[in-house]
Amino acid sequence: MKFTLSWLKEHLETDADLLTILETLTNIGLEVDGVENPAERLGAFRIAKVLSAEPHPQADKLQVLAVDAGDGPLQVVCGAPNARAGLIGVFGSPGAVVPANGMVLKVAAIRGVESNGMMCSFRELELGDEHDGIIDLPGDAPVGQVYAAWAGLDDPVIDVSITPNRQDCMGVRGIARDLAAAGIGSLKAITIPTINGQGAGPDVRTEDASGCPAFFARSVTGVTNGPSPQWLQRRLKAIGQKPISALVDITNYVSVDLGRPLHVYDMATLNGGLVARKAQDGEQVLALNGKTYTLDPRMTVIADDAMVHDIGGIMGGAHSGAQDGTTQVLIECAYFTPESIAVTGQALGLTSDARTRFERGVDPAFLDDGLSIATQMVLDLCGGTASEATRAGAPPAAGRSVEYTPTRVLALAGVDVAEDIQARILESLGFGVSVGDIWTIAIPSWRRDIDGAADIVEEVVRIYGLDKVPSTPLPRAPGVARPTATPEQMIERRVRRTAAARGFNEAINWSFLSEKEAASVGGGDWVLANPISEDMKVMRPSLLPGLLAAVGRNMDRGAASVRLFEIGRRYFATGERATAGIVLAGEKMPRSWQTGKAQGFVAHDVKAEVLALLAAAGAPIANLQSFGEAGGAYHPGQSGTLRLGPKAVLAEYGMLHPALARQFGLSGSVAAAEIFLDAVPVKRRASFMRAPFTPPALQAVKRDFAFLVPDAIDADALVRAVKGADKKYIVDARLFDLFVGPGVEDGHKSLAVEVTLQPGEKSFTDEDLIAISGAVVKAAEKLGAVLRG
Amino acid sequence: MTEISALKSRLLADIAAADTADSVETLRVGALGKNGVVTALLKTLGGMSPDERLEKGPAIQDLRESVAGAIAVRKAALEQAALDARLAAERIDMSLPADLGPVGSVHPVSQVMDELAEIFADLGFSVATGPEIEDDWHNFTALNIPETHPARAMHDTFYFPDGEADGQKRMLLRTHTSPVQIRTMMTQAPPIRIIAPGRVYRSDSDATHTPMFHQIEGLVIDRGITLGHLKWTLETFLKAFFERDDIILRLRPSYFPFTEPSVEVDVGYTLVNGQRVIGGSGNDKDGGWLEVLGSGMVHRKVIENCGLDPDEWQGFAFGTGVDRLAMLKYGMTDLRAFFDGDLRWLRHYGFSALDVPTLSGGVGA
Repeated sequence: MKFTLSWLKEHLETDADLLTILETLTNIGLEVDGVENPAERLGAFRIAKVLSAEPHPQADKLQVLAVDAGDGPLQVVCGAPNARAGLIGVFGSPGAVVPANGMVLKVAAIRGVESNGMMCSFRELELGDEHDGIIDLPGDAPVGQVYAAWAGLDDPVIDVSITPNRQDCMGVRGIARDLAAAGIGSLKAITIPTINGQGAGPDVRTEDASGCPAFFARSVTGVTNGPSPQWLQRRLKAIGQKPISALVDITNYVSVDLGRPLHVYDMATLNGGLVARKAQDGEQVLALNGKTYTLDPRMTVIADDAMVHDIGGIMGGAHSGAQDGTTQVLIECAYFTPESIAVTGQALGLTSDARTRFERGVDPAFLDDGLSIATQMVLDLCGGTASEATRAGAPPAAGRSVEYTPTRVLALAGVDVAEDIQARILESLGFGVSVGDIWTIAIPSWRRDIDGAADIVEEVVRIYGLDKVPSTPLPRAPGVARPTATPEQMIERRVRRTAAARGFNEAINWSFLSEKEAASVGGGDWVLANPISEDMKVMRPSLLPGLLAAVGRNMDRGAASVRLFEIGRRYFATGERATAGIVLAGEKMPRSWQTGKAQGFVAHDVKAEVLALLAAAGAPIANLQSFGEAGGAYHPGQSGTLRLGPKAVLAEYGMLHPALARQFGLSGSVAAAEIFLDAVPVKRRASFMRAPFTPPALQAVKRDFAFLVPDAIDADALVRAVKGADKKYIVDARLFDLFVGPGVEDGHKSLAVEVTLQPGEKSFTDEDLIAISGAVVKAAEKLGAVLRG
Repeated sequence: MTEISALKSRLLADIAAADTADSVETLRVGALGKNGVVTALLKTLGGMSPDERLEKGPAIQDLRESVAGAIAVRKAALEQAALDARLAAERIDMSLPADLGPVGSVHPVSQVMDELAEIFADLGFSVATGPEIEDDWHNFTALNIPETHPARAMHDTFYFPDGEADGQKRMLLRTHTSPVQIRTMMTQAPPIRIIAPGRVYRSDSDATHTPMFHQIEGLVIDRGITLGHLKWTLETFLKAFFERDDIILRLRPSYFPFTEPSVEVDVGYTLVNGQRVIGGSGNDKDGGWLEVLGSGMVHRKVIENCGLDPDEWQGFAFGTGVDRLAMLKYGMTDLRAFFDGDLRWLRHYGFSALDVPTLSGGVGA
């Protein structure tokens, strides 16, 4: 919302300086986004008279002028067609900076003739689009004076951002009222003109009480439309609006000045009366912005017998807008329901100054006054005769009030504001205050946002000053702060820092994938209705695509070795699952004087990482079982899952399937894994006490067994069988050799297991050891393994 | 000069001259072995008369001890020399590079979330979480954001297709962490002090906006909580986070549907070598204000929506961007790089695994 200081002072009587006004605006919740005084950029440009104009000796299109900017004649070369002796224009002397292009003017020879500055066009001074010639001022413009001061441009333009609850401050008057309440001067009275209407009001109706409960209008006949007066054009230009014609400028002015949007129709273009109604499905209108909109029955329109003329409260139609030749107009001052405006605006994707105001809720008690003010301006600027007003429907202007106790300020805001100060603040904002045990606060019609005591507290505190709220410590529980992290949070923290400690870099990838990426990992359950792009459409069912894409980008940048991890969620119809994803790609070891050629990653590299991270997460890794079925993302023969029991999958890992690697443009070895953090059993600690330390009295004994095993049997199964052969004495079994080749029959492999035996009270006898060995061999034989001789 | 002393001189000279372990051993066997000359002399002691033994015994014993001692010394010297020679031969170029193994890193967003958890734990806040795929009730309605609020518009919120047309709740990606407020108040009896960090989503993409980013929400619900407590909490938090005592806040009235009064919080910064350094008053020379937090007293309708009595329980809520806090503290300038997984960036801005934020060691790293 932009306005100028002088415009503000139309409504606010104040001596405050600009800086105080700006600070106060921000402090009361009208945040100043910017302030600029055009005069500061134009200080070097003065009003000057062209004393003589002679043809340039070297160029047909140039003239050599003698210019007086108050200090006697200066020679200036000028190419403007309208430059002539006697013209009074605007002169920039050497040193001045031309606003439009940042050029610094200097004394220069133009086609061999010295020029001591420049006569300027409006466009060069960024005061308009006109560039047909230099500025041509009235004959009484005072030569030598700074142009900006004379032209009334020495007027700071203030830009404030208005929060969506404050439609009243979408008008300069509302801002002035807030400032007055904050002690910056006093709000000037506003005069509502009395219109003596001649003849019946125009035929307007509303058939849509929900979208347009009130449609007030007057007609004015015999108007002359044309450019609006300078003061009005200047104000609109200052805030970045383009003056169009007096009739249009009046509506824009009232909208900014009082926050009251209006619409003016050229009655010559209308067929019969105007009605506010719901649009018919598929009905179309060509709007003032040159675009055609297709409407539906949720939307309120203003139409005559023939066509739609206005997307109610949002934008007028091109067909019936005021033109230069317009002689008879209908001025619409209606109330459109904010909810209805929001639906229509969103559906059409159409924003406008009118929508911004109606959507926030204009003052429903200001229809008559707004219509009178606009009508009087039309009469003043365009002449003509006004009709009576037609008032179709009624705006929702019933007075509202709220019960309030002044102690609420201390209770909610923590600051003590005296009752008389509270009452003064509220009254100056337009509230009615009835003091008592419980105050009754009458809400002004323009404050649709107020509906409870907390709102009143906010009004009091924002005007009184948030800086006066004392900083109050939160009560603190006695003693040292207690731990707050949940076991699930601790799992994530431990896994994260373990991964980083093991050489992985943590990435954060998008939660969404393309459909193709999602399909490569089994497809996603959640597909966005309105994705920002096709690449970000499906909520990821796996962390792998994001990681693989990141690997690809790094490889493209020349990275030889990539270790990435991410901790985040996977999204399923059944819920969101906390997951850690890791990827190892490229070189495991670079070529080195110690190890020779660079080495790639193998499947057991990622298995080691998975186990380390699971251990960090607190999973009982000694009890994990190795299964297959890691899924289609992995090499079917070099991947697996780790489970606690057959159903509880804690991790999938392995070498990436070559098809997936190709899809992401990856070459070289790529190993990956996903660890399902939510499947890790949470350990709830009962006590800090550890079990007593009781080292065995006797030393453990180690025995090696080598078995001939069919290929189909997993090593893990053999080791488990061996370990389970004697639950009392066997404390560990570790596979230490795998051999395939000469001496081992086809379809088989040789697996060697080191078994650790822990004696109890007394040492093993030979008979004990023979018995245990027998049990080990027997357990292995159940799997089809045969002890090698 | 007796025979014995002559033998001693000869043997000692031979031992001193022996230059290998083998020749020392040969000398030992020749002197002290079963058939050695010294052994033979020792054997003669048995056949001597006591007088004779008294006369010759000490000399023979001395011979044995001297020879044995000299052999031991010589052997040790030779072993030492051999070890020295072997070690000398084993010299390698210690200037050759050693492999440190890969060096990992923690993402700045994770680090800052850990920092925030640590600071707020000291203030008695625990960390709460909630789903990222939310329904419109938790994300909007319960937070007093009406159906027609612009924030619900398609261009801001990522929606999933309508479910069955039986009044099912519309599913969407949460646009803020505020629904965690609702979920906490509905499941946990006051008093409540939580922070809720996490991913949030808005359909927005340019240099300073990404469609996914991170927020942290704070919520305190108790008896007698006021705007003054909010002010203190935010000051205390920001001072601890930036580890500066000169943090100055500017509170501005603002508007959020779920708080009343609503307050936007700016923090003062000072321009140092063209960079915004948090600290000092924004009104100072070279100073300015940066908007860092939205906050306010929780709207009574929100408290009611969660089934609590707003006349008994009140409190404040605040929200801020985690990525933005990281940028302000550690100096990153491009938000998009946070989500690119560029190893160079991760190594440059990331944190060591052992940079665990602690109150004693400092929350910043």
